[in-house]
Amino acid sequence: MAELRALVAVKRVIDFAVKIRVKPDKSGVVTDGVKHSMNPFCEIAVEEAVRLKEKKLVKEIIAVSCGPSQCQETIRTALAMGADRGIHVEIPGAQAESLGPLQVARVLAKLAEKEKVDLLFLGKQAIDDDCNQTGQMTAGLLDWPQGTFASQVTLEGDKVKVEREIDGGLETLRLKLPAVVTADLRLNEPRYATLPNIMEAKQPFLLDLSDLGQCKLWISV
Amino acid sequence: MVLPLVSRWSARVLWASPGWRRTYTQRACVGLKRLGCPRGVYSPLAHRAYSVVAGGPEVTLTPERYPVQRLPFSTVSEEDLAAFECIIPGRVITDPEQLQTCNVDWLKTVRGCSKVLLRPQTSEEVSQILRHCYKRNLAVNPQGGNTGMVGGSVPVFDEVILSTALMNQVISFHDVSGILVCQAGCVLEELSRYVQERDFIMPLDLGAKGSCHIGGNVATNAGGLRFLRYGSLRGTVLGLEVVLADGTILNCLTSLRKDNTGYDLKQMFIGSEGTLGVITAVSIVCPPRPKAVNVAFLGCPGFAEVLQTFRTCRGMLGEILSAFEFMDTECMQLVGQHLQLTNPVQESPFYVLVETSGSSAGHDAEKLTNVLEQVLNSGLVTDGTMATDQRKVQMLWALRERITEALSRDGYVFKYDLSLPVERLYDLVIDLRTRLGPRAKHVVGYGHLGDGNLHLNVTAEAFSRELLGALEPYVYAWTAEQRGSVSAEHGLGFKKKDVLGYSKPPVAVTLMQQLKAMLDPEGILNPYKTLPAQA
Repeated sequence: MAELRALVAVKRVIDFAVKIRVKPDKSGVVTDGVKHSMNPFCEIAVEEAVRLKEKKLVKEIIAVSCGPSQCQETIRTALAMGADRGIHVEIPGAQAESLGPLQVARVLAKLAEKEKVDLLFLGKQAIDDDCNQTGQMTAGLLDWPQGTFASQVTLEGDKVKVEREIDGGLETLRLKLPAVVTADLRLNEPRYATLPNIMEAKQPFLLDLSDLGQCKLWISV
Repeated sequence: MVLPLVSRWSARVLWASPGWRRTYTQRACVGLKRLGCPRGVYSPLAHRAYSVVAGGPEVTLTPERYPVQRLPFSTVSEEDLAAFECIIPGRVITDPEQLQTCNVDWLKTVRGCSKVLLRPQTSEEVSQILRHCYKRNLAVNPQGGNTGMVGGSVPVFDEVILSTALMNQVISFHDVSGILVCQAGCVLEELSRYVQERDFIMPLDLGAKGSCHIGGNVATNAGGLRFLRYGSLRGTVLGLEVVLADGTILNCLTSLRKDNTGYDLKQMFIGSEGTLGVITAVSIVCPPRPKAVNVAFLGCPGFAEVLQTFRTCRGMLGEILSAFEFMDTECMQLVGQHLQLTNPVQESPFYVLVETSGSSAGHDAEKLTNVLEQVLNSGLVTDGTMATDQRKVQMLWALRERITEALSRDGYVFKYDLSLPVERLYDLVIDLRTRLGPRAKHVVGYGHLGDGNLHLNVTAEAFSRELLGALEPYVYAWTAEQRGSVSAEHGLGFKKKDVLGYSKPPVAVTLMQQLKAMLDPEGILNPYKTLPAQA
């Protein structure tokens, strides 16, 4: 049971408390100099993975983020919360603008297969685009079962029991591993990263560059 | 209680912030807020405010608990009410239920028995009211947000309550200089929001921001959490409009940074606690909003380490340090017990909150990381956490800002706010713990370490004269011995009016009384407060 490995995808978004301003040329929103942080739902996903690791049900957690170099900060936050390894899929600034759920889903699917993970955690949606698609698309590409809008996650042997919040109330699913789970608000309350962990996370981590070439292919849709 | 419809998204994201329930209830409690209910009031407590009227535990009337005699002011008559009605039609309140909350202070330690609450909207109305009261020798109690800690905001007897609640208009804001001109009844949090939208911040911040009025802040020279960085209101207030006791309007509402023409009259009214004049408008300079705010919450093994951490932070952070607060482990226990706030670090004897504000996220983060590495490696700090996003920053600040709330839920609170030499700041707490023993429920110390300001609080199940006797004048004498101040930022109000002698020489006190007599010969403005009765 302690052989399970989890991959958590985290996204760097404009901090939720910031007042969004549209650029004068109306081509987008102002992102320069604006406070960014980890998507709140991604934080909840990381927290869930860390809790499973603390219960000794998951052996290793890998945090991954796609985007420009600043994403490394987001990965470091995930590491400070308890992830073991970080993978940064570097997408240069200009291309990052056109990065959408489908492209990210392709990257995650390839990574999940390459790293041979059993669980893929994501936040249910990002607060900048509110797409709510990446988790579902990744599951589709991998042909893995998916438990989205999870408000409770329990590992049972080779299955994961996911209680999800749906329009009509709560639905309980049992998914065979490997599976994709997307986190909803009430799944947990993310912890504070402790200083010793934050300090450790400042160390340079392994940048996985091998996927870079392949990623470039998929991004140019 | 019907909760207003807040958009689902903002509701979902609000849940994690500590004040989210408050924010919800706050919007629904607008009615209550106008009566002066402080921000820290959750809906159950808000109901308790009503149940006080219905017959819940009532606060003892001030004259029954403290030895004070009513001075020979007139009593409000039908003619007076008619005159007030002429000046401010529809805003003269005499309903006992509505007056209940305005007669009791936030700490529920003093209660007056005023029969009239007046709500003017303009300085002109305030002037006419005071002119009438001056003529009729009616005592007046100016009231802002009613969040004062020394019983200065509520009547002692039946003084007419003059509330600034409806004087809540922003007059102007200059977005290049950052100079804000507004009426005295603007709530600090509202002003904060207003200037933040324009990329500025208010130069002061305190736990009571959801309820306190800027006029009250100025009248009490409030300090707060940003004092370390932006200084006192004596520096940031540029001008005031004040109505004097006889109704004269003194308009020194300038927006100039520099004006050396004559005596600086506004300094007399700042910190005068409503005894020299009623502040009706304020002109204040706002600093630009910092682009990057980081908060670190640290656990220290002892007070000596806290001091060393302060020195390290001040040295290495330099100009970006904007707040340095400390609290002891009892405070953490109390916020955990009464407010269910979780401790983000492991249990330590002391906790320190460090905030940095600057214009470059990278630069500040690097500096802060260096400091934290240094203090962690040298053993000054045993555990800690850092926050860069707003939500976590607010959650960490809540641990410090809501200590007052947690204390008031613990029982009756004896509050002391002292300025002491920073090395001896915590000694008094230890001393009192030994001295009081089991008579006190909790003895806690926390405060603005960076300013040398200790908030010493002693809680007990209920008010006890015996415990009061054990505390006073011991605490004041101890402070005087260290040449400290018996009231660092809370002011004197009603509860400390007789102890300023511990921190000021007799000549100073006499001069203050002379100034009071000059500006308010009949003594109608906030009587029984701030200065000792003249011999």
